[in-house]
Amino acid sequence: MRTLSVSLAALTLAAFASTGHAQNLAITNARILTAGPAGEIANGTILVVGGKITAVAGADKALSIASGIPVIDAKGATVTPGLVATNTLLGAVEVRSLGDDLTVDNPDIGASFDVQYALNPDSTLIPVARLAGITRAIVTPIPARGGGGGEHADDGGEAEQYTAGGGGDSKSHALFAGQAAVIHLADGPDILVKPKVGMVVPFGDGGAKVAGGARGAEIVALKAAFRDVRDYMRDKAAYDRAGVRDLALSKADLEALIPVIQGRMPIIASAHKVSDIRAVLKFAREEGVKLILSGAEEGWMAAREIAAAGVPVLTDPLSDRPESFELLASTLENAARLQAAGVMVAIEGSGGAHRVREMRYNAGNAVAYGMPYSAALAAVTINPARIFGVSDTIGSIEAGKDADLVIWTGDPLEPLSQATAVYIKGVSQPMTSRQTELRDRYKTLNGPYPAAYPK
Amino acid sequence: MRRVWTAVALIAATALGGCATAAAPTKKPTGESAKARPLAKGLDAANNGDPYASTYRPLPSRPTALVGASVFTGTGGLIENGTVLMREGKVEAVGAGLAAPAGYELVDARGKYVTPGLIDTHSHLGVYPSPAVPAHSDGNELTDPNTAGVWAEHSVWPQDPGFNLARSGGVTTIMVLPGSGNLIGGRSVTLRNVPARTTQDMKYPGAPYGLKMACGENPKRVYGGRTRAPSTRMGNVAGYRTAWINAADYGRKWDDYRAKADRGEKADPPKRDLQLDTLVGVLKGEILVENHCYRADEMIQMIGVAQEFGYKITAFHHASEAYKVADILAKNDICTATWANWWGSKLEAWDGIEANAALVHAAGGCAIIKSDDPDVIQRLNQEAAEALAAGRAGGLTISEAEAMTWITANPAKALGLTDTGALEPGKRADVVLWDKNPFSIYARAERVYLDGAIAYDRKDPRYQPKSDFELGQGANR
Repeated sequence: MRTLSVSLAALTLAAFASTGHAQNLAITNARILTAGPAGEIANGTILVVGGKITAVAGADKALSIASGIPVIDAKGATVTPGLVATNTLLGAVEVRSLGDDLTVDNPDIGASFDVQYALNPDSTLIPVARLAGITRAIVTPIPARGGGGGEHADDGGEAEQYTAGGGGDSKSHALFAGQAAVIHLADGPDILVKPKVGMVVPFGDGGAKVAGGARGAEIVALKAAFRDVRDYMRDKAAYDRAGVRDLALSKADLEALIPVIQGRMPIIASAHKVSDIRAVLKFAREEGVKLILSGAEEGWMAAREIAAAGVPVLTDPLSDRPESFELLASTLENAARLQAAGVMVAIEGSGGAHRVREMRYNAGNAVAYGMPYSAALAAVTINPARIFGVSDTIGSIEAGKDADLVIWTGDPLEPLSQATAVYIKGVSQPMTSRQTELRDRYKTLNGPYPAAYPK
Repeated sequence: MRRVWTAVALIAATALGGCATAAAPTKKPTGESAKARPLAKGLDAANNGDPYASTYRPLPSRPTALVGASVFTGTGGLIENGTVLMREGKVEAVGAGLAAPAGYELVDARGKYVTPGLIDTHSHLGVYPSPAVPAHSDGNELTDPNTAGVWAEHSVWPQDPGFNLARSGGVTTIMVLPGSGNLIGGRSVTLRNVPARTTQDMKYPGAPYGLKMACGENPKRVYGGRTRAPSTRMGNVAGYRTAWINAADYGRKWDDYRAKADRGEKADPPKRDLQLDTLVGVLKGEILVENHCYRADEMIQMIGVAQEFGYKITAFHHASEAYKVADILAKNDICTATWANWWGSKLEAWDGIEANAALVHAAGGCAIIKSDDPDVIQRLNQEAAEALAAGRAGGLTISEAEAMTWITANPAKALGLTDTGALEPGKRADVVLWDKNPFSIYARAERVYLDGAIAYDRKDPRYQPKSDFELGQGANR
């Protein structure tokens, strides 16, 4: 338990006058699931000044709250950090069948594709996700897929395939699908938090597809690409001189891969089958690149190896069907087994877009299938923050971090619980979405005027 | 109301290996029956019998008493400290504080929950099985906008591992439908969720057939993309109307033939047509219409088509905008089979809301939560919980016991089943024992009974069937 010393002198208005929308508030009488070193605080107070958490304390420590700071009495309700969703399409898709801004089929723009330039803060999907307690997300390019089991299981894609024979197969044919970014889900004109947090690379069936049809060809192609990047780094001027052998990648792609080669940007490797996971681990070891595994449905079979390599995993814990020959050993216990072996696991929301709100239920299901509760909570908060290098500012309720907070009517992993308040950087967010507006418009039918007239 | 057709004569045809259905009561043909030539079964639309009849046989069971549970009846009730007695495959008694009679296997269910076996009214298990490879893509006969002549059961692969996963989620009865790429996709089939070598071994005895119809984007996209009809929503509706006109004409020809043959007059039988047979089955009220339709305005158009040709729509499926016309659906006694979470996959699903089922229920309608998905079918109880919570968040007062009807009694109604979906004496003993309240995310089915027999037991590997496909593959996941 951290000892807290709150300097009230710091709580002067001058200190946060320049922070614009940033807010001050105190939440009292809360059951706080900090997802940090303090663990669970049965009855505590959170103090927020200038959008930052300045103090968190249990009932045994009295926090003095400066006058003028709004106090929210949680009356025993549960407070968690805002949830962090990985592998999402948030801000880059509206109606799924109309496409997205995360799939590129351009021979010159693969690794250099960067999602940060086309994020839509006004997306209809953002408030829907926010009402489920999601305050931050990683927006990720969509890699090429083989058959079934992609990390962006096309929202409603399966149903679509069933109902119209169309498949949600990614249009990407790139060895490198592009670079992911961290966003926040607050109301406002700019949702970008941190760009260039990872480079998406498909492996397995998807990787084979972009390399001409065979898995082995992809590893060869990747190694050749990395050699090219190293050559390019050694003598950039040579690239522009005639007579230099052709490099496989465009200049933009070569540039984009430099941080990967230097170990500063992780590869987000989509891999499902255990043999592919092992191939990715070996490749990363040989090339000295930083790795995040995405999917990893058969990861439990190599859990110790993944843990020993210090490689984190982003996964949908509900994958348990032999949906393809890459997923024969997928099981609802995968997330729990990985976590038990010491792997850092981040749990995804279903499909990462329209159904991303199910992330908390996915974490609950992981608990039902063997994951300790605190680990499942970490898997939707602090773990994704750590994996993407933003745990200094988000992911847990600790002094010094951004005040991303959610107040719940009960256990946040239970469907019968609802979020009653969501704060992002201390700013209270609207608790409505286009869906709640539709609900309220049609809650009573047959009024004297059509529903289209404002009630 | 089923109309019984009279046989001209009993045909000595080779039996197809199915149990014969109860023979229709035959009345003596008037006139000179000698003149009436018996038609071969396969050519006689009216006396085709049941050529792919169910060969389902319940698993072995013994009298069992589940004692001390919180019992959701499926019809809106919750009995605390409840006992469920099962005998000879049937629910024998349900009540608070009943003791287990002598000779019954006693299951201590204190602190646990009991529900009817869950029923999924919209699944493609077996016709889009796992693994989802092109060789397994058997759910959409995308060769004509009207394929009423295809039967989903002829595509079902009983070895789909999805059946076992669904059962471990408490699902005991499943309607498997063709896809919605066509205006009229074909017949659905209702299955008992037991491991089986043949589809006939899974067929629900006596269950009526359903007919899959589809509104909206899918048919017009599939066929418009081939520059043929339909390519618009108005083209869709013209397609349905044309189909019913043809069906009525065909039905009349058979009626005329039958009447003449019954009088002993010479008559040429019409050529049997599988597509029109099925549609006539709908017009006669024997086949239930299961209509895929997202938008409110389109659902009302479909009601118009049904009224124009004199058939009933049993349920709208997906029905993302049912909440906008919940009153009209209730008045027309049409069920709404929907999800909580799915929306936005395409424009017609753009207005889908979590509270849809709850609003349908609150308007006095028949709300159903279904899957249309091999993953969601494993967690229908959670989907129902999400729908319930969304309704409550919208200010509706709905109990858990009422919400349980969305995955039990209401689906039974929409499938035309009177013998499952509720814990009432005389019903099939399709029962799930849950370790926790099924509206909790942490709840898991401990045991699943079909016809009073243990079909799944979470703690006993002897009752955890694996399909052939899973044998020797998947590392005993």
